[in-house]
Amino acid sequence: MSEVAPVTATSRPSAPRASARTAGGVILAVDHISLAFGGVKALTDISFDVREHEIRAIIGPNGAGKSSMLNVINGVYRPQHGTITFRGVPRHDVNTHEAAAQGIARTFQNIALFKGMSVLDNIMTGRNLRMKATFVEQALWIGRARNEELANRHKVEEIIDFLEIQHIRRTPVGRLPYGLQKRVELARALAAEPVLLLLDEPMAGMNVEEKQDMCRFILDVNEQYGTTIVLIEHDMGVVMDISDRVVVLDYGKKIGDGVPADVRANQAVIDAYLGVAH
Amino acid sequence: MDDTLGTFPRRLMHHAAVRPRHAATREKDLGIWQTWSWSDVAAEVRALACGLAAQGFGPGMHLAIIGDNRPRLYWAMAAAQCLGGVAVPMYQDAPANEFVYVLNDAAIAYAIVEDQEQVDKMLEALPDVPTLAHLYYDDPRGLRNYSGVTSYEALTALGRDYDRAHPGFFDAAVAAVKPDDVSVMLYTSGTTGKPKGVRQTHAAFLAAADGSVEFDHLTPDDSVLSYLPMAWVGDHLFSYAQWMACGFTINCPESGDTVLTDLREIGPTYYFAPPRVFENLLTQLTIRMEDAGRIKRAVYRHFMAVARRCGADITAGRPVAFGDRVQYALGQLLVYGPLRNVLGMSRIRVAYTAGAAIGPDLFRFYRSIGINLKQFYGSTETCAYICMQPDGAVKLDTVGVPAPRVDVKVAPNGEVIARGPMVLKEYYKRPDATAEAIDADGWFHTGDAGFFGDDGQLRIIDRAKDVGKLTDGSLYAPNYIENKLKFFPHIKEAVAFGQGRDRVCAFVNIDMGSVGDWAERRNLAYSGYADLAAKPEVLAMVGQCVEDVNAALAADPNLAGAQVARFLVLHKELDPDDDELTRTRKVRRSFIAEKYAVLVDALYAGRKTQHIETEVKFEDGRRGVVAADLAILDAKMFPRAVHAAPAGSPPRAEKAAA
Repeated sequence: MSEVAPVTATSRPSAPRASARTAGGVILAVDHISLAFGGVKALTDISFDVREHEIRAIIGPNGAGKSSMLNVINGVYRPQHGTITFRGVPRHDVNTHEAAAQGIARTFQNIALFKGMSVLDNIMTGRNLRMKATFVEQALWIGRARNEELANRHKVEEIIDFLEIQHIRRTPVGRLPYGLQKRVELARALAAEPVLLLLDEPMAGMNVEEKQDMCRFILDVNEQYGTTIVLIEHDMGVVMDISDRVVVLDYGKKIGDGVPADVRANQAVIDAYLGVAH
Repeated sequence: MDDTLGTFPRRLMHHAAVRPRHAATREKDLGIWQTWSWSDVAAEVRALACGLAAQGFGPGMHLAIIGDNRPRLYWAMAAAQCLGGVAVPMYQDAPANEFVYVLNDAAIAYAIVEDQEQVDKMLEALPDVPTLAHLYYDDPRGLRNYSGVTSYEALTALGRDYDRAHPGFFDAAVAAVKPDDVSVMLYTSGTTGKPKGVRQTHAAFLAAADGSVEFDHLTPDDSVLSYLPMAWVGDHLFSYAQWMACGFTINCPESGDTVLTDLREIGPTYYFAPPRVFENLLTQLTIRMEDAGRIKRAVYRHFMAVARRCGADITAGRPVAFGDRVQYALGQLLVYGPLRNVLGMSRIRVAYTAGAAIGPDLFRFYRSIGINLKQFYGSTETCAYICMQPDGAVKLDTVGVPAPRVDVKVAPNGEVIARGPMVLKEYYKRPDATAEAIDADGWFHTGDAGFFGDDGQLRIIDRAKDVGKLTDGSLYAPNYIENKLKFFPHIKEAVAFGQGRDRVCAFVNIDMGSVGDWAERRNLAYSGYADLAAKPEVLAMVGQCVEDVNAALAADPNLAGAQVARFLVLHKELDPDDDELTRTRKVRRSFIAEKYAVLVDALYAGRKTQHIETEVKFEDGRRGVVAADLAILDAKMFPRAVHAAPAGSPPRAEKAAA
């Protein structure tokens, strides 16, 4: 009975306002990040910020440094220069475990699920950080283990319902088609109840219908859980439709930043995508 | 039942008083089956009804109900009826533009729908439906920023406030509902023309429900799975009217995709499905068996042969040779028991099928593994049934004896007509159609051609207007031929043509799942439906099916003249979204003949191939064009059998021709 809205008997039903989202303050700030592998400069002096509750897209041609950027944010790579400020705490680098504990979850460009495990078990692994019971308690099913398992399973079932994958709950992930595997990966990331969700090409290799479904789920996650989302995507239609602001990278440098309409009109972006004669 | 229980609301109050703790509704939510007892349901319905009343809903008004089988939507039906209103369930998979016609025809002002998908469709229809003012939803997901739509929680909260402020209102409203009031309006699927609203009273549906509860000795301890469209008369009888009449338990599956799992978990005791569901189950089973190991396959084949020989007789309780009995008992242990378990049918006492003709082999299969599958016959206009098969007298080619409280007879022109309490009150706003369907003596004309056999059981041949003749005078029953074709697991749909022509020709739709699997096992590569349908191997396989049908037709002296002479395999699946099938998946033959006139002409002109371009509608609403060059094949035909028809196959045609 939590959300009893006032009943309006006189006004006719209507569709939602064009943009219902309200972005809050800056939740993640990336300042002057540079990352090099030997002589290869993957990222050069990149700065941008992500506001609370927004959907922030990172786009750019192949090799522009998009995935490297996500890897810096969640601690897979350590940048040579620059700071990352997450929820007001600046640091030079983080490790992946800390990032996860602070509420950053991600999915990968190449699906990284446990193929032999069921969908349910895969999503349960996303709850790992929330389980406090010791190994002995879990093995013997005593103490905190039982209640924890029940509470975590409830949360996982909510996510299964949310992403409409009830029918494959018990199916081993390896037997699922690609589009569903992507959805399971999103489910696992959501299971961690992240504050910030990093999605690396969530729609790569999907057909139109699967993409539409995925778009709807991303928007729903953003709206329902208020999760801030940073996503890398190549489908420009999708990016322009669902993101609030877009960062454009090319050869490891930031060449554009703004709302989709501005980015679309930016000459440097057009040149990067279409190529120019040098 | 006495008169004080003559309406659905009174039945509900009765159950809440007599069996308050007995499970009334279950739904699988977040992976766990949730249960609501009859007193819980009565309380929910009370709150919902008061909420609707607070919003101005009252006697005679229509409440549209759209969504998958959700407990709250069933309760909404009861809530509308408590206020003297009429429930109008609509097909949940129809697109917005199809909603518009029914919403306007029924002048809908109040609608309760399942989720965001349905709300969006209603909003899309809104500009064309001036009456629609109140929209309620069950699942709040994604709807937070919509304005002017109300959640189920808010509506019931409002109802509880209203109930406190107006004590006695609800009981008075329930008492004021009369058995002769209209309880539900179900729209016909529209095989012919626009859908018509069939208005049924409390008395009619309760008569139908009580009759069938008596007939099959149903008890409050029975359990059913509610998974068929709520707008279909079958679901309304089995999941609502009988539920309210008898007080058993309905179980709502988690989602449309989990029905088979949920069926296994619930293990219903009473089950109802149209033939296509039984067909799908068997097709899946056959595919899985073909992928099984050699030994399993051999055991399966052996015991299925035993079951074919004596299983149906054992299920019917007829005498069977001792040796067969022993073999069958062994089969129970090794094959039939596990098979029933996999199908979720271990606990089934009574199973029914209706809505379309069931293939004899399909019917025999389920009965032979010990499932008491029976047939009934009826329509939306007769609260689902007028004839039912009694236990112990189940036959493959009949639809049973007239049900309790119904008179059924065959009119001189061969049409089946019925009279009884469950005949419709009227078609909504269509006095012309009502007058056409119900004659002065109160007989309802079903539009089906049939006859009674010596055993008192009714046999249906075809739609009265479809039964026709070829130019040489041979009798031709298109449905009969199509059904024979459709029984093959590889054939999903078939459309036969022949009325007023010199021979019968047919379109065939392959079953993607079954034929895809067949092709895979033969290492046959294909890129999609159209490509698979055009493979010479597939055409040859379908040709063999057509040949088998012709052989069967040749054995029946009356139908031997109407064998399939030529056929083609269509390049796309017939689809309700393209108007080729009705929402209940019946073939719209004349529409198809018109749409594919090029192909029909090619069939009769004797051409070997034909190019065709068809517009199709995709699930996301976009349109596209599919083009293909279809091969047209001749089928092998057989001379008319010299001997009389074999015993057991009745002279189907004679009566129809009469």
